[in-house]
Amino acid sequence: MKSSTINARNVVVALVALGLTLLPVYSALTGNIFILTLFTRIIIFALAAASLNLIMGYGGMMSFGHAAYLGIGGYAVGILAFEGIGSGFIQWPVALAASALYALVIGALSLRTRGVYFIMITLAFAQMAYYVTSGLSRYGGDDGLTIYKRSTFGGLIDLSNRTQFYYLCLACLFGGIYLIWRIVNSRFGMVVQGVRSNEQRMQAIGYHANRYRLVCFVISGTICGLAGALLANNTDFVSPAGMYWTRSGELMVMVVFGGMGSLFGPVIGTIVFLLLEELLSQFTEYWALIMGPLLLLIVLFARGGIMGVLGRLSRD
Amino acid sequence: MLVLVEQSLNGLQFGLLLFLLAAGLTLVFGIMDFVNLAHGSLYMMGAYFAATFVAWTNSFVLGILMALGATLLLGIALEFIALRHLYGRDHLDQVLATFGLILFFNDAVRLIWGPAGLSLPLPSWLTVPVQIVPGVFYPAYRLSIIVVALAVAAMLYLVVMRTRIGMLIRAGASNREMIGALGINIKLLFTLVFGLGAALAGLAGLMQAPILTVQIGMGENILILAFVIIVIGGIGSIRGAFLAAIFVGMIDTLGRAFLPDLLRTVLSSAAASTAAPALSSMLIYLLMAIVLVVRPEGLFPAAKR
Repeated sequence: MKSSTINARNVVVALVALGLTLLPVYSALTGNIFILTLFTRIIIFALAAASLNLIMGYGGMMSFGHAAYLGIGGYAVGILAFEGIGSGFIQWPVALAASALYALVIGALSLRTRGVYFIMITLAFAQMAYYVTSGLSRYGGDDGLTIYKRSTFGGLIDLSNRTQFYYLCLACLFGGIYLIWRIVNSRFGMVVQGVRSNEQRMQAIGYHANRYRLVCFVISGTICGLAGALLANNTDFVSPAGMYWTRSGELMVMVVFGGMGSLFGPVIGTIVFLLLEELLSQFTEYWALIMGPLLLLIVLFARGGIMGVLGRLSRD
Repeated sequence: MLVLVEQSLNGLQFGLLLFLLAAGLTLVFGIMDFVNLAHGSLYMMGAYFAATFVAWTNSFVLGILMALGATLLLGIALEFIALRHLYGRDHLDQVLATFGLILFFNDAVRLIWGPAGLSLPLPSWLTVPVQIVPGVFYPAYRLSIIVVALAVAAMLYLVVMRTRIGMLIRAGASNREMIGALGINIKLLFTLVFGLGAALAGLAGLMQAPILTVQIGMGENILILAFVIIVIGGIGSIRGAFLAAIFVGMIDTLGRAFLPDLLRTVLSSAAASTAAPALSSMLIYLLMAIVLVVRPEGLFPAAKR
């Protein structure tokens, strides 16, 4: 691959990043609040997709249960708020810690297997988490839990202010991507990618493949837990439905749409997927009738997702 | 005691239904190396077809037979149009493509049959309770599910182990390229196996239909249970799927029935009634976790390739 900095791919990434940064300005100038709320949601999901990309794209672990972290992070915020602890300085670390802990247990179990087994098992455990939250009758059970007050940060930032919340989410997204970039290019990240390419060889030169995998899995889950905490604050509501397995599937689709194993791909994939969903659902109530076959076609014909296509363009 | 017998039979019946679903899944996976998430959609379609055809023909048996045929045809069409292009692709590609199919089927059903669920009324000769042992009555319909599912399981065993087609299926599972090289029409075989799997899923769906409501998404939760069964039983193993399905069906049913009372003897009644629903729905996943720790390959792994 050419290492020229100016190619189709990088230009698109730069434009998207610039667009996301300037969006609140556009929203304020035109008075279009809808686009701001839409993109707040998109950014939060982009963070979740980026975290999934860390294990899927770089680690080769096809997790079909990533929505569970969105739910766990969200429920941590929701439950603490319900119990009268409104400070984000407590809520958010708890959300991250809970997600990390869940990822540690699930990862340790699931990583005993490979391939399809891994897909099925992460799916099954996420479904278990879904049932458990459905059974939390004190916190709304099936109906979910309304969050009456967003996390407070001692006057530092006001999450009820749309623009401030947007920039907080954006900062989390950029921070998350920076972190993933650092991880991927670190020695640790190299080992993880080495394990993806050839596990036996990595074992033979003395790496505990599964230990590296597990740490990567936990990091990914923790970042996604942060997305969960953001999402709960965005919707002022958490419910088991938010961690239903189709949500995990959608996250996978976002990653693959954008291009698995490319740093910024999941962000672009999320934007495309959610905008497409928004567009199709304005056009018809039965948007999945189009989205479903579209997904099939993309899998069949557009390998490497959008970033892959852009990469091929810039090589020509 | 009476309740225990009844719940055990319910567990057996549920387990057998799960087996029908898991058998198709594991067969398709074992032979074509293909993960089919849309298997649950075929289960749902079986139920919808049954509800529709029974209402049309006014005959339960005729409607059910037509539904079975329709699911078989749908499965074959699906394989022919879309899925055969996915053989040999990454499992992730297969998962995503069939996830797309689930989205499609759910919305197609919503468009055709509407968002409200359907019900499939039983004919009167199936609603009478049957006395199985003196003093214990059991609904005839649930009993007939057990009989039909057991018969299908036996037939499946005979077909796979004792017929020429079955021999080809087993050969395909152990070495695809080789039986292709030996001049077997492998494409036809794959279509056939997929159709068989679809028919099994449809059968499970249409038999479950009179017990539950026929609704959108009904195939999804049960599909995940089928995954759990395959993981516990060992991928590609029909025997493993059978035993694991019965096991999971029993544990799930008995857990839901008796865990609340059991917990009440240990915990306070309030704590028990909050913990029980969560715990009983977790039960089979905990079982799966234990199996994974002890035997990551599943309890009855298919022979190594």
